Amino acid sequence: MTPKRPKRAYRYILFMSLGIGLLVTGCGQQYVLLHPAGPVAHSELGLIYLSGALMLFIILLVWVLLAIVLVRFRDKPGNKAPYRPLWEHNRKLELFWLGLSLAIVIVISIPTVQKTYALDKLPPAKDPVVIDVTAIQYKWLFEYPQQHIATVNYVNIPSGVPVLFELTAEAPMNTFWVPRLGGMEYTMPGEVLPLWLEASKSGLYPGRSGQFSGRGFVHMTFNVRAVPMNQFRNWVTRVQKQNHPLTLSDYNRLVDRHIWVSPATYSSYPISTFPKTTHGFTLHGNMYTQMKNMFMNMPS
Amino acid sequence: MSNILARLFPPKTRRPDEVVIEIGIILTMVFLVYILTSKKKWGWLWREWLTSVDHKRIGIMYLISAILMLFRGGVDALMIRSQLMVPNNHVLPVGQYDELFTTHGTIMIFFMAMPLIFAMFNLAIPFMIGSRDVAFPRLNAMSFWLFACGAALFNMSFLVGGSPNAGWTSYPPLTELAFNPGVGQNYYLLAIQIAGIGSIATGVNFLITILKMRAPGMTLMRMPMFVWTSLVTSALILFAFPPLTVALAMTMLDRLFGSNFFTITHGGMPMMYVNLFWLFGHPEVYILVLPSFGIFSEVVATFSRKRLFGYTAMVWSVLTITFLSYGTWVHHFFTMGAGPGVNAFFGVSTMLIAIPTGIKIFNWIFTMWYGRVRTPVAMLWALAFIPTFVVGGATGVMLGAVVGDYQFHNSYFLIAHFHNVLIGGTVFGLLAGVYYWWPKTFGYKLDEHQGRWFFWLFFIGFWITFMPQYALGFMGMTRRLYTYPPGLGWSIPNLISTLGAFTMGAGFLVFVYSIRYSYKHGERDLSGDPWDGRTLEWSLPSPPPAYNFARIPVVSDRDAWWEMKQQNQTHVIRVNAQDVQPIEMPKSSSIPFLMFVAFFVFGFGMVFEWWWIAVLGGLGVVALLIAGTFDYEDHEEIHPETIRRIEGSLGRLQG
Repeated sequence: MTPKRPKRAYRYILFMSLGIGLLVTGCGQQYVLLHPAGPVAHSELGLIYLSGALMLFIILLVWVLLAIVLVRFRDKPGNKAPYRPLWEHNRKLELFWLGLSLAIVIVISIPTVQKTYALDKLPPAKDPVVIDVTAIQYKWLFEYPQQHIATVNYVNIPSGVPVLFELTAEAPMNTFWVPRLGGMEYTMPGEVLPLWLEASKSGLYPGRSGQFSGRGFVHMTFNVRAVPMNQFRNWVTRVQKQNHPLTLSDYNRLVDRHIWVSPATYSSYPISTFPKTTHGFTLHGNMYTQMKNMFMNMPS
Repeated sequence: MSNILARLFPPKTRRPDEVVIEIGIILTMVFLVYILTSKKKWGWLWREWLTSVDHKRIGIMYLISAILMLFRGGVDALMIRSQLMVPNNHVLPVGQYDELFTTHGTIMIFFMAMPLIFAMFNLAIPFMIGSRDVAFPRLNAMSFWLFACGAALFNMSFLVGGSPNAGWTSYPPLTELAFNPGVGQNYYLLAIQIAGIGSIATGVNFLITILKMRAPGMTLMRMPMFVWTSLVTSALILFAFPPLTVALAMTMLDRLFGSNFFTITHGGMPMMYVNLFWLFGHPEVYILVLPSFGIFSEVVATFSRKRLFGYTAMVWSVLTITFLSYGTWVHHFFTMGAGPGVNAFFGVSTMLIAIPTGIKIFNWIFTMWYGRVRTPVAMLWALAFIPTFVVGGATGVMLGAVVGDYQFHNSYFLIAHFHNVLIGGTVFGLLAGVYYWWPKTFGYKLDEHQGRWFFWLFFIGFWITFMPQYALGFMGMTRRLYTYPPGLGWSIPNLISTLGAFTMGAGFLVFVYSIRYSYKHGERDLSGDPWDGRTLEWSLPSPPPAYNFARIPVVSDRDAWWEMKQQNQTHVIRVNAQDVQPIEMPKSSSIPFLMFVAFFVFGFGMVFEWWWIAVLGGLGVVALLIAGTFDYEDHEEIHPETIRRIEGSLGRLQG
């Protein structure tokens, strides 16, 4: 019985490395988070790698220490390792791991704060596209305020240009998530939240909701199709000419009937449906610059 | 009449599997009634258990309830995993899946983990601090019965009226009447609210017990670590539950009385609920994990035959975690547009918690350093905790790094993370506690051989279940999805995960069998100190007599019992036959149990909006509260002769 024991400890470590190995070695195309297709997702993946690497170091450190302890200090006859039942304190050791954990937190915190601020405003660009997104039970409505067209359950964007998604809901909360383009943001009734994404290359990027919103939640998916700017413009012109408009009664039917519908395209949409105030940054800068402008323009 | 029946049993409660369960429950009840009647045990049940205010009895009732709820929550989990096993699967109807993940989460948090923690409080703390009971024994019984009322109400939902189905967090406006008709959400609101009153009362009770009822000589810095973490947990409960109470009450007003706090229309603000919920929800995480940290400290020190390393640092870590835990709740919704300043602040505060937690992990490892590590099952759980929890903590830091969370939020990466900390931390810890204190509670050990089977099945099953879920997060799978198409790469990780879940389920069956087996054949604990323990509970016989300590010990060091053994002073705990004094103990009371009945009637009436039933129950609650204040004879004396007889039969009399 006793000679077997240290072996079991090794097996235990080996087993867990296998578990993590499954995660680390997975580099196929299906690991969408590891294959960013735009600057936002890229920046987010950078921090995931940094924090992941430092955390892997801590995990391994703890595993190795634990393995050493288990092998060395087992209670078995003939164990020569020192036994000091009153050893309960060592200032140097304690300060060492206080310092170590503090250092790691600082190393992760600095880029975290930087990136949090950096992603919270639209980067300077010639002509950013704005898309108003409304989550409805169980479908996505996309309205293009600059082009006055609308789509349901799919969205076309120009590649290489930042796109400002303004998110709201006429229903319980959902989140708007296109993993390969960047992280998610909530759609909430009565609020408009901004999210900017950009596709560096043309392509088809699936998106979905991350917040359970009811029985048909599984249908809350959509596709983002990124195409070059000139193709995007052609598509807009074609839609404006060829498709039917979305009338107010169409809109109400979309909101009231809690079912999935197949993707659709509309040449216009009723202007009144989207809330006016955005909670956060807009095309004209972030909240603080807006407040500053407001303050500057106030009649004294 | 048919109208009432249609409300009680709408079509969605009549699915085949539920009918089978229903019949099963009815048969079990008939069987129990038959056994109790034929063995003439009703009086015994009433006197010894239902009306008992003894912390040991209450602890055992908490323990049994928690194991039952672990079964229910576990079956929910297995059904969820069966549904997700293969793509485009439809073994469950779409609505039922939503109900299952809601009840799984709610039951595991509120009706499994919380009572198991309270079981540990009740079964260990009065012994560890050298006390004869808790500060407010009747309030303690009331806490248990309110928890039981909440649990009964919540579990009734899938048989009568319909289950809640908006997730354990139940964000509005999904819980609004317009999107969620039926009584399911009412069950959620009422059950957690009622159980929450009990939790707050437990918080008050143990806070006062630990502060006021310690044996002479036990200063704060001589308290065992588990007592420290329990003290802090009680304080956390006291401050964390009120926001939940408010959030649930406001949602209830919205649903039952037409107010508009969180609705879509009339200026309601759903996000306010999210804030209130997580203002409770984040400290709740520490309420769940800190007691386990305490248990690990006791178990690791005992089975290393060594003092706890860095006691002072541990105490400060716990206090720091407590303080910081109130400043991190926004990290549950970085993706709700709070702005970069707020997000950055809460991201950094979240990562700061990793520092005291990391210190604790290193301290446990160095408690074993220069020790002599034995590995009975209790210690195996503690050893399994360290490598498991460190992974959960690490992924927690990754989630705390704000922009990383934009990608991880609500994905399976998050699911894997919080199961990793809640199972790897809370559940492993509580199981360590169950195996550690079982002989003290019942007088016999749980079988070690079967315990090892349970441990390895559960531990390996855990890794097989949750590691693939981290991968699923990277593949973009989000939580609470009813089903998924093939071709996204999700099929194989989901299949593996399901196999792991069933392995854990097999482990649980071994555990239940082991309880049954050990009851008959388990090694009896005659010494009262089966593990060569360090703290005062091991100075008592197993199970301890009603009054715990015939003579209250005087404490002069941290590991009080260990020091007594080292200095051959163990006789000081024995009472001298001539010196036996009568002991005043709290008297049984039927009020806590009647409170359960009254609250149940009240809750049931509220759920179905049958006001006269609710008013009846409410009046019952008030009447019982008043009756309780006029009950002056709440103490009784144990006669010295009885004490002499009991101590004599245990061989613990001097002279």
